[in-house]
Amino acid sequence: MDKLIEQFSFGLFFWQLLLFVGLLLLLRKFAWKPILNAVEDREEGIKDALLAAENAKKEMQNLQADNDKLLKEARAERETMLKEAREIKEKMISDSKEQAQAEGDKIIKQAQAAIESEKKAALADIKNQVGSLSVEIAEKVIKEQLSDKDKQLKLVEGLLGDIKLN
Amino acid sequence: MHGFFETDILKDMQRPFYFKIFLVATLLLGINVFAKENSHPVEETEKDLKSEIKEFIGHHLLDSHDFTLYTVDEEKNEHVGFPLPVILWDNGLKVFSSSKFHHGESVAEVDGNYYALNHGKIVKTDAEGTITYDDHHHATNTKPLDFSITKNVVFILLVAILMFFMFTRMAKSYKNNPLPKGIGRLLEPVVLYIRDDIAIPNIGKKHYKRYMSYLLTVFFFIWIINLLGLTPLGVNVTNNIAVTLALALLTYLITTFTANKNYWKHIFWMPDVPVFMKLVLAPIELLGTIIKPFSLMIRLYANITAGHVVLMSILGMMFIFKNWIGSPLSFGLAFALSLLELLVAALQAYIFTMLSALYFGSAVEEHHDH
Repeated sequence: MDKLIEQFSFGLFFWQLLLFVGLLLLLRKFAWKPILNAVEDREEGIKDALLAAENAKKEMQNLQADNDKLLKEARAERETMLKEAREIKEKMISDSKEQAQAEGDKIIKQAQAAIESEKKAALADIKNQVGSLSVEIAEKVIKEQLSDKDKQLKLVEGLLGDIKLN
Repeated sequence: MHGFFETDILKDMQRPFYFKIFLVATLLLGINVFAKENSHPVEETEKDLKSEIKEFIGHHLLDSHDFTLYTVDEEKNEHVGFPLPVILWDNGLKVFSSSKFHHGESVAEVDGNYYALNHGKIVKTDAEGTITYDDHHHATNTKPLDFSITKNVVFILLVAILMFFMFTRMAKSYKNNPLPKGIGRLLEPVVLYIRDDIAIPNIGKKHYKRYMSYLLTVFFFIWIINLLGLTPLGVNVTNNIAVTLALALLTYLITTFTANKNYWKHIFWMPDVPVFMKLVLAPIELLGTIIKPFSLMIRLYANITAGHVVLMSILGMMFIFKNWIGSPLSFGLAFALSLLELLVAALQAYIFTMLSALYFGSAVEEHHDH
């Protein structure tokens, strides 16, 4: 201890303190602050980048899930649409079938009615014509036959006979 | 053999970084040993040799007013080196070159005052250089205040300049590039280690930033200056109590001036103990605040001094043994110890920084419910 005090040099102490504090202040301004800040910035950057990557990954997963969901929905929708279309088609077919049937029936009925009335008209016509023809024939025949008396008599007799038959 | 050496060099050039470190380490260790070997003139009698080794070690541990690289001839006072400025405060500033002392052989005369060197210390004397001693063999001459640029001051300055260039260079490499380049690659892990494993665990995330500058500076300063102490220049700065005192004082001042209310409360009025104990504990705790940095001072000083004394003693044994077994043995031992000292250089820097951080941590510790 005695030797220590004997050895102690105030000058060295003074210079050490002065130079060290000077060095400390200079390094603080020109070295430690820039270095520590740069390192810290870098660490922050790495942290942020990692976080961003993690987020991106999560987002990707979400997107993937969304996509899958959308795809499923789309598929289901397509399925229902196809089903509906099929139903509509079938319905349309059956509807049109029914309609056609009804229409056909109607047309047939109309045709039948028309045929009936035509037939009736034709029959009436034929009757009329047959009537007039027979009257004409009868006229002619009568004119022919009534040119002589015998024949007129025969005719009358014949007619009378017909009436009896009727 | 020549070709092999060349290819080896070429291979090493591809890894310039490791090569440089290896080269520097080899040179430092190698020359370290040789320099000390050369500076020992071998004496006739063993007793003289022993006392000379002892004296040499003592001399080696001391600061000096001139920069002696190598002593050619002790007897003729021939040295290779250069003088350093002496700055004295003795009723006015006195500045002169240390060459006036002729390595302690003669008395320097400045403005009518006479100064002489006594065991590396400047004392005021008369024209003949008479030094009077007391019973304990201490010089009783008046000692002027000595602000000389001694060998150690030169080294502190060199380390400061070296560190400034190293770390500003490192800081610049971050400007355009988030990753360190060059020297930064070597230093960044250390800087991060101090931040993540010394500062943050001891001080806490909230306050550590304030202390980072001091912790980093003190760590690298002690480490580098310890390493340079192992070089052949053999300048030990941290084995001066004045240097370690300055560093410990800074730790003490920073602790004291950044301490919060909680810290002072734990010193003067310890919570949760009886009043009597509070009164007893207060002086103990107050003393503790001084003992803590005091232990820092002694620890660093003692470790480095002890390391150098042991290392140099083992080197000195080489000359005492002077036989085929002892000398290589002491050489091997010295080599192993040199390696150990490399570790100690870093370890002491680590311990100083670690404990400083611990004290800062206690100064800013928030109040906890016990």
